[in-house]
Amino acid sequence: MLKDITLGQYFPGDTVVHRLDPRTKILLVVVYIVALFQAEGWIGYALVTLVTLLCTALSRIRLRSMFKGVRPMLFIIALTALLNIFYTTGTPIRPGWIVTWEGLARAVQMMLRIVLLISGTFLLTYTTSPIALTDGLELLLNPLKKLRVPVHEMTIMMSMALRFIPTLISETDKIMSAQKARGADFETGSLTRRAKALLPILVPLFVSAFKRADELAVAMESRCYHGGEGRTRMKQLRMERRDCIALILGGIFLALMIALKSLCL
Amino acid sequence: MEPIIRFENVHYTYPGDELESLCGVSLAIEKGSFVAVLGHNGSGKSTLAKHMNAILVPDEGRVLIEGVDTADEERLLDVRRRVGMVFQNPDNQIVANVVEDDVAFAPENLGVEPAEIRRRVDASLRLVGMYDFRMHAPHLLSGGQKQRVAIAGVIAMQPEIIVLDEPTAMLDPQGRHEVVSTAFSLCRARGMTVVYITHHMDECIDADRLIVMSNGRVAADGTPAEVFANTALMEREGLDVPETVRLLQELRAAGVRLEGEPLAVEPCAELIAQALLKRSRK
Ligand SMILES: Nc1ncnc2c1ncn2[C@@H]1O[C@H](COP(=O)(O)OP(=O)(O)OP(=O)(O)O)[C@@H](O)[C@H]1O
Ligand SMILES: [Mg+2]
Repeated sequence: MLKDITLGQYFPGDTVVHRLDPRTKILLVVVYIVALFQAEGWIGYALVTLVTLLCTALSRIRLRSMFKGVRPMLFIIALTALLNIFYTTGTPIRPGWIVTWEGLARAVQMMLRIVLLISGTFLLTYTTSPIALTDGLELLLNPLKKLRVPVHEMTIMMSMALRFIPTLISETDKIMSAQKARGADFETGSLTRRAKALLPILVPLFVSAFKRADELAVAMESRCYHGGEGRTRMKQLRMERRDCIALILGGIFLALMIALKSLCL
Repeated sequence: MEPIIRFENVHYTYPGDELESLCGVSLAIEKGSFVAVLGHNGSGKSTLAKHMNAILVPDEGRVLIEGVDTADEERLLDVRRRVGMVFQNPDNQIVANVVEDDVAFAPENLGVEPAEIRRRVDASLRLVGMYDFRMHAPHLLSGGQKQRVAIAGVIAMQPEIIVLDEPTAMLDPQGRHEVVSTAFSLCRARGMTVVYITHHMDECIDADRLIVMSNGRVAADGTPAEVFANTALMEREGLDVPETVRLLQELRAAGVRLEGEPLAVEPCAELIAQALLKRSRK
């Protein structure tokens, strides 16, 4: 079950999408999210879906991996859909029913919106190595350093978190199996009972996470880590022509979405 | 010749601890030697190691790395660059999600030019035999491979000294063999000074020098043959002695004349065979 969490996973590859500068990709994801929220009516959603599928195809990420990213959110998606079905007024699909055609349409659109939102952001993490991602973010946020925002510290924390997610997940799995072997039951009982059953997992997990953090800090210091000052990078980020083209295409896409929205209104 | 590592009467107590973890350790380690350190749990091996790259600084006494005092804050990075540290748990010392990015971490911290970092990363990975895995995710590698990546990560700093603190404690026999032979080749082929802390006495047999720690003190110091020959001390420290040492001692006690102290199995067998041959001729 825990193995399904794909947050921060990276699928190495050598496609155009992989080769884009991480800064370009971060900016494009922001553009994408803004565009997604402009979507109005079926044409708008169809357009965003098309763009998403196109980018996925370009990056050679399998659709199955995309669905894996969406799966942990299924509950929230279903809930949103239900709420929209029952709380939208309009023409009932049959006289006397509370379910309306408008409600159904909205439910489908909301589901699409969430799925597309997740897919778009996952496409970024799937095609960008965490180091490139945090490097790009640090460079983009660099101007904030003037305002004394600890940009380097924030991004190094993020990259350590991304690095340790798989480690902590497999550790949680191990602890859970160990507790199950001793007869712990995480699946049945009331919510409070299940929450209580989680406690014997959280405590050892926290203890080991702190120990890891301690050892990691010593290991980093041993390798001469002393903050962001005077640090260089092996992989220099460089904006190429493909980045310019991608950004222009992103801009056109956003303009199109905004135009479509004003047409619909 | 000036020793590359020098401990002068080092005392250290962890904050909040009552007992001293190092009580008056004096040591001098020669450049290019392979020094193994044995000792029971809590004998102060890791504390000793952490003094070598200024993770800990002595409460009393001094530690000198190539003449540089580790307590000198101005030279901190200088000391740390010279002394690479590899720890027990490979998972907790790998900082990146891609092997080559991890190896680049130390030179990046030192502000090395990008092209030079690339060169060092490739060279270090080749040296430990992990070049083909440079694009892999570390958490999917075997324990021995992770530990070799960690070694490459410190070699990329181009240190003169490598300190390994129980690098094989969490590995299977295959992984242990990979790591031990990598450590030996760094010393023998590259002339690096290696300090190798371990619980496995069989990993110490080929070392130039063996130090036994006990309750924060140096209990024995000499060639492995000399140290292992003192079976009484080793027993008192709860440490194993190679079977060959025991066998030779028992044969001697039984009146067989044997010259030398071979520790490995083959030369020992050779020695005994010759002694027996001589006897039967008489
Ligand atoms: N962070 C710490 N805080 C307080 N005391 C410590 C700390 N680390 C170690 N000690 C104490 O210092 C002594 C020496 O510990 P050290 O870790 O150097 O032993 P070691 O020989 O490396 O043992 P092991 O074989 O278990 O790794 C022990 O008595 C231990 O309890
Ligand atoms: Mg130790």
